Amino acid sequence: MEAKKIIVCDTEKCTGCEICEYACSIYKEKRINWSRSRIRHVRIEPTFDIAIACRKCEEPLCIKACPRDAVVVLSDGSVKIDKDKCNGCGWCIEACNFGALKLDWEKKCAFTCDFCADLGTPMCVEVCPYEALEYTTLDQVGHEAGKKAFKRIIEELS
Amino acid sequence: MKGYTGKYLRVDLTTGDIRTERLPEEVARKYLGGYGFVGWTLYEEVPAGTDPLSPENVVCLWTGPVAGTPVPVSSKYIMGALSPATGFIGFGIASGGIASELKAAGFDGIVVTGKAPSPQYILVQNGRAELRDASDLWGKTTWETEELIREELSDDEVRVSSIGPAGELLSVLANVTNDRNRQVGRSGIGCVMGSKNLKAIAIRGTGDVEVADLDGLMEFSRDLYKRCRGPATEKYRVFGTPANMLVHNRLGCLPSYNFQKGTFEKVEDVSGERMLETMVKKITACPSCPIACDHINEVKEGPWAGTVSSMDYESLELLGPNCGVSDLNAITKAVELCDTLGIDTISAGVTVSWAMEAFERGLLTSEDVDGLDLRFGNGEAMVEAVRRMSLREGNLGALIADGSARAAEKLGKGSEKFAMVNKKLEWGAYSLRPLQTATLGFATSVRGACYLRSGSYQPDVKGTVDRYHLDSSRGKVVFEGENLYAIIDSLIICKFTRGIYKDNTEFTKLIKLVTGFDWSVEEMIKTGERIHNQAKLFNVRFGAKRADDYPPPRAFEEKLYDDVSDGAIIIRAEYDEALSGYYEERRWDEEGIPTKALLEELGLDATLGV
Repeated sequence: MEAKKIIVCDTEKCTGCEICEYACSIYKEKRINWSRSRIRHVRIEPTFDIAIACRKCEEPLCIKACPRDAVVVLSDGSVKIDKDKCNGCGWCIEACNFGALKLDWEKKCAFTCDFCADLGTPMCVEVCPYEALEYTTLDQVGHEAGKKAFKRIIEELS
Repeated sequence: MKGYTGKYLRVDLTTGDIRTERLPEEVARKYLGGYGFVGWTLYEEVPAGTDPLSPENVVCLWTGPVAGTPVPVSSKYIMGALSPATGFIGFGIASGGIASELKAAGFDGIVVTGKAPSPQYILVQNGRAELRDASDLWGKTTWETEELIREELSDDEVRVSSIGPAGELLSVLANVTNDRNRQVGRSGIGCVMGSKNLKAIAIRGTGDVEVADLDGLMEFSRDLYKRCRGPATEKYRVFGTPANMLVHNRLGCLPSYNFQKGTFEKVEDVSGERMLETMVKKITACPSCPIACDHINEVKEGPWAGTVSSMDYESLELLGPNCGVSDLNAITKAVELCDTLGIDTISAGVTVSWAMEAFERGLLTSEDVDGLDLRFGNGEAMVEAVRRMSLREGNLGALIADGSARAAEKLGKGSEKFAMVNKKLEWGAYSLRPLQTATLGFATSVRGACYLRSGSYQPDVKGTVDRYHLDSSRGKVVFEGENLYAIIDSLIICKFTRGIYKDNTEFTKLIKLVTGFDWSVEEMIKTGERIHNQAKLFNVRFGAKRADDYPPPRAFEEKLYDDVSDGAIIIRAEYDEALSGYYEERRWDEEGIPTKALLEELGLDATLGV
């Protein structure tokens, strides 16, 4: 199986501009409404910023929590909410450790990131002006971290 | 109507009455938003003779059409009132989440009148508003107030604009803070809020923001994001606005020692470069901003260890070199005090530097300054003076709490000569004598001593004019700058993005994508001219005349000697000529009163015209 790609946020680069939220709501909903963005910016004062979307957990708590089996996992690891089954109770939202699901008050049903499956690269990643967001695999994140650590050692030794 | 919600709130604090009013489309077309709406509101609602601190004064908060959209750095709001500092139009623009949140809550603005019987705050939520008790918040700092309101409402995403103790104590320098680090800084809007017992405005919205052409706007915005990462904004991204420290020092226009010099011998210690290396903990952005100029400093050691505050050029310069201070820790602490206690850093810096000069000249005794060693360069004394000023504490606090102009009036002894003010408001961090076009622009600005109304320092700094002399042609530079900036301040977009727009047709393109108004560049500039004249007309109602458009005496009476300047001075006759040139360009008379013909042409009330 192909390794799962997720949206990772480099918190050193994230400035909290929330352009990802604008871009998401405009692309996915055809309207400007950042409260309907699939990706969520969180700021912890005074100096910490991060943008978080679905993590494609190996054992998704949102699926476990749903009493109506409305949350299903797709082949790319993302989860989909069956609008016919979901009644908007919000247990999946409570269960998620990352706040990656939200409730659509109009459709009375939960929603979450589908990674812009039609685009290849999620719109938020495409638009982030700080290149803080990346659509990548956890394996690649680990590889990059190793490379970075090793580079530092080389620099210190030279 | 797109780009606007078409509604605004009217809150009468005396009666507790809250109403939703319709924003007429003709007002939107005539005044565009932001600055234009402030001028419109105040001109319509504040009659001649109004006491700024009486319930009859109006404090308004407006957004512009781009607020809440993905346009770069568009989440900006403006607050306005009859200024208690100047007695003329008062306003300040701040970024942060307030503007976009208000739009999403369904309103373009809030107009507040009257006086609450006890401390209150306004809570705006999707389509409605209420007044809530703020007795427990009275006395709290702005940062505490934001947190306490979020806790009270159990909602982390509520955006809050609040005043600190300085506003409650009616300092005319009091500002309004939102998102911790963003301020409606100038003109004492926080003082007017304090006089109305209005501690804060809290906003939460989850609705849609509508624009005329969403796809077109997103496409244009994405193009602008890319440009925002290009050379036009590089200095803001890397060093933030403190990048100007070394540049201005080289040009000899970095005020030091209360504007007695234009260079600072320890500038390396307070440069943007040094700050980035030793102080900056995080670079952050306002909502919808692809630039991120905001540099958050952290004090790592010494008596103020752990202090974290946002540092920009004006604050750094005026609390730093202009007070002779080269200690970044002290400056970071002073900014934190200003932001939390609720006082404008510009006025604070220039007021402390005035007190330092008065102390060094022997005009202030040790008793007058509560025993502080208030000499230039003493960072600790500067920090303590800022604290006392903000809290009106001790003899020193009582003397300087309302700024240098009023302190100099009280003290006398010739200290008025070195109060660096115009219209009683403290001068920004640009030296007067080596930047003479800038000085003309600052002194003629409607809100007083203002570097943000026309960008008049640019031709001086770029070297396209002789910056050590003035002539009648400079009026045109200020005139053109003001008209365009009136549009920028009414949309409202960040001035740091002005360089990414290729030409004025791109501003009309932006206006069309957001509002659908199909304006030519000429129509847009004419709108800017109307907006500016409306503001001026408000000042005329409050007695503005030619004498109000002059820089402080130091500009004409003392020659400037430092590492760059060798006797620079503004020749009064040249200034007179330049000022007349500016009035002529504006079609105002020799006292700066708009002509009736001009006002009629702009569709403004011609009653006060000549």
